[in-house]
Amino acid sequence: MLAPFWALLMGRSAILALGLIGLVLGLFVVSLLIGPSTASVGDSTNALITGQGGPLSVVMREIRLPRALLGVLIGGSLGLSGAAMQGYLRNPLADPGLIGVSGSAALGAVLAIQTGLAAIAALALPVMALGGALLGVLLVVLLAGPRGTSLALILAGIAISAFAAALTSLVLNLSPNPYAANEIVFWMMGSLADRSMTHVWIALPFLLGGGLLLGSLGRGLDALTLGEDAAEAMGINLLRLRLTVILGTAAVVGASTAVAGAIGFVGLVMPHLLRGFVGSRPGALLWAATLGGAAMILASDILVRLVVPDRDLKLGVVTALVGAPLFLHLIYRTRKEGV
Amino acid sequence: MMLLSLHNLSVKRGRKRVISEVDLTLGQGEVVGLVGPNGAGKTTLMRAALGLIPADGQSSLAALSARARGKAVAWMPQSREIAWSVTVETVIRLGRTPHLRAGQKQRPEDQAAVDRAIEQMGLDRFRDRPATQLSGGEQARVLIARSLAQEAPLLIADEPTAGLDPAHQIAAMRSFTQAAAQGRGVLVSLHDLGLAARHCTRLIVLHNGKIAADGLPQDTLTPSIVKTVFGITAFSQITDKGFVFQALDLTS
Repeated sequence: MLAPFWALLMGRSAILALGLIGLVLGLFVVSLLIGPSTASVGDSTNALITGQGGPLSVVMREIRLPRALLGVLIGGSLGLSGAAMQGYLRNPLADPGLIGVSGSAALGAVLAIQTGLAAIAALALPVMALGGALLGVLLVVLLAGPRGTSLALILAGIAISAFAAALTSLVLNLSPNPYAANEIVFWMMGSLADRSMTHVWIALPFLLGGGLLLGSLGRGLDALTLGEDAAEAMGINLLRLRLTVILGTAAVVGASTAVAGAIGFVGLVMPHLLRGFVGSRPGALLWAATLGGAAMILASDILVRLVVPDRDLKLGVVTALVGAPLFLHLIYRTRKEGV
Repeated sequence: MMLLSLHNLSVKRGRKRVISEVDLTLGQGEVVGLVGPNGAGKTTLMRAALGLIPADGQSSLAALSARARGKAVAWMPQSREIAWSVTVETVIRLGRTPHLRAGQKQRPEDQAAVDRAIEQMGLDRFRDRPATQLSGGEQARVLIARSLAQEAPLLIADEPTAGLDPAHQIAAMRSFTQAAAQGRGVLVSLHDLGLAARHCTRLIVLHNGKIAADGLPQDTLTPSIVKTVFGITAFSQITDKGFVFQALDLTS
């Protein structure tokens, strides 16, 4: 009885928004309370807020808080950019990694590890990864042309991704130091463990700036449902839309990869999973996928710490393990609907 | 008031001129049919007039800003794209895009325009159905309704009646006539010359990128033009039910 009443009162999208916000908040709190140091909920909260808890305050403020914050920010960014990319390309299989940003960011990070710069300065890795992402997106825009079609963008993205992956393999191949190679492989699996507030501050401007760019696309993406010609004739500036999608995605995916490594499947699965709840409108999917992505990363990061706490399970492995079957299920459902 | 004026409009594709020096004006109350064989340049002419592709010469619409153009003209492209399985009403509501700023909520007059378009195209029972589940002809009607809901002074539609059954072809043409009666103007490309002859106030015959004839249907679909442009013979007569045109046979 309750659900229909609320549905009448608020509409479906308001219920979805409240549900997702509640889920993200709940997971955020759980994420703060989980870790190797066992402390009561009251003590942890007290230590986090007042800073008067001695070592527990340090744990809460400098280990768990950045981890939970990055989970929300990166998860939200990946979900948002996935929804924007799918809306722009009008393809449910599009992924934010498609335009080559995550590949080139990973190459920058790998170079930082390989050259030993990452060991000298902690910031070298995220900064070089951001540099790699920037270079990658510049090359993609040059290759695809500022006025090119979406197909040219996909092809340029695939070319840059392949090239970055080849160079990453080359670095691994020539690595004289097995420890560096090991570190590279682990880093590429993606993780939020042992990140500091410095990582949050590095990523935050890019995640917020890119997020604002992508969040402004709702109207244009909705209009694109009718094709590029119709959207342009309805007053949508396609050139600006295209650059906004590319720059926004590059900023959020580049910054995410820079601080957390490559985390796959969130940008692909979340928009797909939530599309039905927002009546398939690409504009409404933007905020839904943002919240859903944040929830998925927070939940996966909690899972990482709960399942095998002593083995440092990587976040990217879990999102792929969760995401792939989910995706298979969605394909199965799509097939059953005969679309 | 002129809703569209083209002066000396030319479009090149590579080195080839696909539209040559077209002069055209379209005013209120007109339903102008754009006819011509495949490859005559109908779609290219329409897209160049809208400013969607680069062209030489002048077009009153291409000179407008994107936003002003969205309020001045509604464009229904030939490719009937509906990318996501949104409801019919959502598709039609997209026609209000030029009237709303980013993030602006729909106003009562927007809903009223959407409802009028839905009623005009007889889509009320489809309102909440996913548009992608409809048949091709039904989708075409949804997209016509979308362009009607835009309520722009000028409507340009590229083969809107292709794939419609006879009743809905006539209904679509009537909705254009109705829009014209309200002081709007319509430019519509058509392949069915009989339909064009019956429902358009004026026809433009396009042949190899040039205007071969421009005038009343009975003055443009003459045996000699029909023969040279379309390569067919036809029966045509002004009857007490208006001008009737029926294609008969190939000339050769």
